[in-house]
Amino acid sequence: MGTIEMTAGGRSIGKGPGFRKSLMTLAASVMLATSVQAAAPATAEVNTTGLAVTDDSVTVGILHSITGTMAISEIGSVQAEKLAIEQINASGGVLGREIKYVQEDGASDWPTFAEKSRKLLRQDNVAAIFGAWTSASRKAILPVIEQYNGMLYYPTFYEGLEQSPNVVYTGQEATQQILAGIDWAVKEKGAKSFYLLGSDYIWPRTSNKIARKHIDKLGLKVVGEEYYPLGHTQFNSVINKIKLKKPDVIFASVVGGSNVAFYKQMKAAGVDFTDEKPLLLTISVTEDEIRGIGGENVEGIYASMKYFQSLDNPNNREFVTAFKETYGDDMVIGDVTQAAYLGPWLWKAAVEKAGSFDIDKIREVFAGIEFKKAPEGYVRIHENHHLWSKTRIGKAQIDGQYEVVFETEELMEPDPFPEGYQ
Amino acid sequence: MFDGYTSSELMSIFAMQGFAGLSLFSVFVLMALGLAIIFGQMGVINMAHGEFMILGAYTTYLTSGFFQSYLPGLFGGYFFVAIVLAFLICAALGALIEWLMIRHLYHRPLDTLLATWGLSLIMQQAYRSIFGAREVGVELPEWMMGAFQVTDMVELPINGLFVMIIALSIAVGVYLLMYRSGYGKNVRAVVQNRPMAEAVGINSAGIDRATFALGCGIAGIAGAAFTMIGSTGPSSGQAYIVDTFLVVVFGGAQSLIGTIVSAFGISQAQSTMEFFLSGSMAKVLTLLVVVGILMLRPEGLMALKVRR
Amino acid sequence: MKSSSPMKWFTSREGLYYLALAGLLVVILPLALDPFRLNMVGKYLTYAFVAIGLVMCWGKAGILSLGQGVFFGLGGYCMAMFLKLEASTPEATAIQSTPGIPDFMDWNQLTELPWFWEPFHSFSFTLLAVIGVPMLLAFIIGLAMFTRRVGGVYFAIITQAIAAILTILIIGQQGYTGGVNGITDLQTLMGWDIRSDAAKTTLYFVCVGMLFLCLFVARFVQNRKLGRILVAMNAQENRVRFSGYDVAAFKIFVFCLAAAFAGIGGALFTLVVGFMSPSFIGIVASIEMVIFCALGGRLSILGAVYGALLVNAAKSGFSESFPELWPFAMGALFIGVVLAFPNGLAGLYQSYVMPLEERLFKRKPKIEAEPAAEPEATPEARKPAVAATEARDYDPMIEHYSPEKS
Repeated sequence: MGTIEMTAGGRSIGKGPGFRKSLMTLAASVMLATSVQAAAPATAEVNTTGLAVTDDSVTVGILHSITGTMAISEIGSVQAEKLAIEQINASGGVLGREIKYVQEDGASDWPTFAEKSRKLLRQDNVAAIFGAWTSASRKAILPVIEQYNGMLYYPTFYEGLEQSPNVVYTGQEATQQILAGIDWAVKEKGAKSFYLLGSDYIWPRTSNKIARKHIDKLGLKVVGEEYYPLGHTQFNSVINKIKLKKPDVIFASVVGGSNVAFYKQMKAAGVDFTDEKPLLLTISVTEDEIRGIGGENVEGIYASMKYFQSLDNPNNREFVTAFKETYGDDMVIGDVTQAAYLGPWLWKAAVEKAGSFDIDKIREVFAGIEFKKAPEGYVRIHENHHLWSKTRIGKAQIDGQYEVVFETEELMEPDPFPEGYQ
Repeated sequence: MFDGYTSSELMSIFAMQGFAGLSLFSVFVLMALGLAIIFGQMGVINMAHGEFMILGAYTTYLTSGFFQSYLPGLFGGYFFVAIVLAFLICAALGALIEWLMIRHLYHRPLDTLLATWGLSLIMQQAYRSIFGAREVGVELPEWMMGAFQVTDMVELPINGLFVMIIALSIAVGVYLLMYRSGYGKNVRAVVQNRPMAEAVGINSAGIDRATFALGCGIAGIAGAAFTMIGSTGPSSGQAYIVDTFLVVVFGGAQSLIGTIVSAFGISQAQSTMEFFLSGSMAKVLTLLVVVGILMLRPEGLMALKVRR
Repeated sequence: MKSSSPMKWFTSREGLYYLALAGLLVVILPLALDPFRLNMVGKYLTYAFVAIGLVMCWGKAGILSLGQGVFFGLGGYCMAMFLKLEASTPEATAIQSTPGIPDFMDWNQLTELPWFWEPFHSFSFTLLAVIGVPMLLAFIIGLAMFTRRVGGVYFAIITQAIAAILTILIIGQQGYTGGVNGITDLQTLMGWDIRSDAAKTTLYFVCVGMLFLCLFVARFVQNRKLGRILVAMNAQENRVRFSGYDVAAFKIFVFCLAAAFAGIGGALFTLVVGFMSPSFIGIVASIEMVIFCALGGRLSILGAVYGALLVNAAKSGFSESFPELWPFAMGALFIGVVLAFPNGLAGLYQSYVMPLEERLFKRKPKIEAEPAAEPEATPEARKPAVAATEARDYDPMIEHYSPEKS
C-alpha cells in the first residue's frame, strides 16, 4: 500500500509544488505556535480554490438520508455531525471561522445522493462533505467528488476495497472489524466451527469472504454460509439449519429490519444467547439497532466494533453527556454515530495543520493527523485515508448497552485491500 | 447434508421445519386476508395495506408503553387489548379513507392503486414524524417469549404458535362473517351484482365502507401480531406488499379459500427451498414458480367460474 | 395523415404544441439554467421516455405495467456494461488481481469476464441490446400473458413480481452485476469524457433529440389505424376480438414498444447520471414512473413529458426546501391527481386552457373538437362532435378493469 492512488479527478492546483509545500509547512507551524486565538488568517490565503469561506465563516455540507428506508440508520450520524460542528464553533471555530452547514437529504436514493453532492460542490462550494452511509450511496457520490475535487468524510464501517484521495473513512474497514473478532472467539471461547449469515449485498458478502479466509487460515471450519434478501423477515428455516449444524459461532451481518426479525425469531426458537451455545458474534448490531430489536432479544450476543457507548474513558463520558443533553436522555449512540462525530473534528485538525481550507493542501497533511479527544479513545489517520483504531468486543446487556469484554492492545492498521483475503 | 445425524435428530429437524412452514403460512394468511377482502370483494388495490399493518404495530407499541407505565400488573395481558385496539383504530382509519378517497374511485380500480400509493407515502412519513425514523422495540410479556419444549430436540416457539392461533381464529371469523351472516350475504350480493343488490334494498355504499374498514382492521391485527416476529418502523410495511399481493392473486382474487390455499402452497414451497438452498435463491425461485403458474392459470388457483 | 407537407403540420395546432415543447427544451431551459440544473433536467427527461411508453401501453391500450422499471433498468444496464468495460482497461485496473475486468468482479474473485459481458465490448451491439433486450423480455412476458388473456390488475401485479425477482437476482449475483451498488464510476463513452459540463450539456441535447424521435414514433402509432385499434381494445376488447383482430398480438406489440422506449430512457439515464443501480428496477421506481404518466395525463404523450418533468422538479424542489415534508407533498399530489384530475395536466389543459385559446384564435369549432393528443384523426374516424366529446369524456378505466370482468 503506502501511497495514495491518485485516480481521476485528483487535479493539482498551484504551480511549484516544492514552494507550496514549504509555504504550507511554514503556515502550519505558525498556526500551531500561535494557536487558534490569534486573529483569523486572511481569506485569500486560506482559500485559493473558491470554496465557501468568508472572513468569519466556512460552509460545509451534511448529506444523509433523512427520509426513506435508510433514515432509520442515518439520523444518528446527522445528529453527531451537527453536535461536533456546534462544539467546534463554541470553541472558536476553524481558523477563526464559524462553521455553517448546508444539509441535504439523500432520500435513501442513490442518484439523489450523486445529485445533491454535485449541488453541494458546485453551487454551495462546501469545504467538506460529511455524509453517505450505505456503500451504494458512497459509490454514487464517489465519481462526483473525485471530479470536482471535494472531500467526503464517510462514517460507516464498510467492506473496504476502496481508497479514494477524496474520501476519509472514519469507520472501520472490514478486516479491522472482523479479524480481531474471530481471533477473540477462537482464543477466548475456543470456537471451532462457524456459520456465516448475512443480508444479501456487498458488505456482508465481502465481510464473510474475509471471515472465511481467516477461518480457513486458522484451520477451522465454516459449516454454513447464507444470505437473505434485504428486508427479509422469515428466518425459521435458517434457524433450523443452524440447529442442525450446531456451529460454535454464528457470525452475523444481517442489517435493517431483517435484524429485528432474525433476533426475535432466534429468541422465540428457544436460543438463549447467554448460554453461548452457539455464541453469536455480529458486526452489524450497534446500540442503535438494539433499540429496534429490544434488549431482551439480544442479551448475550457479542459485537465486534470499534466503539460502544459504554466505553469508560473521560472523552467518551463527555461525549455521551453532550449528546444526551442536546438530543434527549433516551438517545443511544452506536459505532457509526461516533465515527460520524469524528468527521468534523478530523477535518478541523487537518485544516489547522494545513493552515488552509484547500482540499489539495489538506490531503497532503492527512497522514498522521491525530484526534486525542475521540470518544473511542485515540485515532490517527493512516496514509490510506482510513483510521488507525482499536477493535473491541462488547457483550449485549438486557438494557440495550454493550459491556466491553475485550479490546485489542494496539491500534489496528487499516488495510482496505488485504493481501490474501481477496 | 444429512450425513452423521441420527434418525431421531432428523425427525426433529423435519418436525421443526414443518412448523417453520406452518408459521410462515400463518404469517401469509394474516397478511393476505385483509387484502383479499378488499381486493377480492371490492376490486380495490390497497397499496397502503402494509402501512395499515404498521399502524397496528405502532398501536401495540403504544399500548405496551401505556401498560408498562400505568398498569404494570396487567402487562402480561396487554397484547389482547392491543389486538382489539389495533383492529378498531385501523378499521376507523380505513372507514375514513374509504369515505374521503376510495368511494370516488370504485369504477377505476387501477386508479385506487395510485391513490393508495400516495396514501402509503403520507402514512410512512407521518410515522416518521410521530415515532421517529428509527425502529421501535415492542416489549413482549414474559410468557410469550421462549419456546415450548416438545421433546429434547423439538422446540416450538410460543409466539409462532400464538401467531398461528390468531391467524386461524381470524380466518374462521372471516369465514363465518362472509358465509354465515347477514352482512356476508349482502357483501356477496354486492360483489356479484351491484345494481341488483341495490334494487333489493341493500345499502351498497354502507357495505363498501364496512368491507374496506374490515379489511384494514384485519391488517391492523396482522400488524399487531407481527410485532412478535418482525420489525416496527416507518417503512417496514413495504417489505410485505409484493408477497401479499402475490398470495391473493395466486389464490384467485375473489376466493377467500383460494387465498388460504395459495398462502399454504407458497409458504411451504418457500420454507422447504430455504432449507435446501440459500435464502435469496429460494425467494427468487418461489416467486418465479408463482409467476409461472399464474401465466398458465391467470385466474389463480380457485377462481370463480365467470363468463368471459 | 392528412397533412400533406411537414411545414403545414408545424403551423397546425398540434404542431404548435410540439414546437412549444421543443422551444422549452432546446431554447428556454438551456438558456435559463446552469449546466448543473440542466443536467438534472436531462435526468428527468430520461424518465419521460418511460412515461411516453406508459401512455401508449396504459393510457391507450389499457395495459398497466408496474414493472416498467425492469425495462428501464435493462436498457440502463446494457449501456452501463459497455461503459464499464471501456473504463476497465488493463492499465486502469492494474492494481487488481485480474486486470482488465470490472473492479467489482475482481472483488468477487472472478478471474475472467462472464460470457454475457463479452458482446458488450462492441458499441453497435450495445445499442442494439439497449432496445433489443427489454423488447425481448417484454415479448416473452407479453406472449405468455396476453395470449392467455391475463389483463388489468393481474397483469399489474405480475409485472410487479417480475420487478421484485429481477431486483433480488441482480443484488444476489453481485459478481456478475455489481450487486446493490450497481455499476458505478463510468467515465468515458468511446473515449469521450461524459462527466465534464460540456459533455453533460451535449448529452442533454441528445436526450431531447431522442425524446422527440420517440414522441414522433408514438404519435405515428397512435394516429394510424393501429392506434385506434389499441384504444378500441381498451374500451371493448371482445368486440375487437370478434371483429377478427388478434388482440394479443396488438397488446404484445404495444407492450414491446413501451419496453423499447423505457430501454432507451434507461441507457440515456446511465449516460446522464454516470451509473446504474438495481434501485431503478424495483417496485418503488416502477410505480413512480406510472405516476409521472398519470400526472401528465395518461392519454397524452406530450402530457407525459411534462408530467415527468414536473413531478421530478417538484421532488427536487420540495426535498431541497422541506426535506421532511416532501413525502407528504408527493403523496398529496398523487391522491389529488387521481381524485380530482384523472386525466392529468393534459385533461386540465383541454378543459380550461383550450377554450381560452379558442377565443383567442377564433378557431373553427371543427378543430376545437379535437383534443390535443389526437388531433390528426383520419377521415373515417372523424365524426367530429361526437367523436371528440367521447374522446374528451372518455375514461378508459370505467368499467373495464373490475375483477369481475377480467
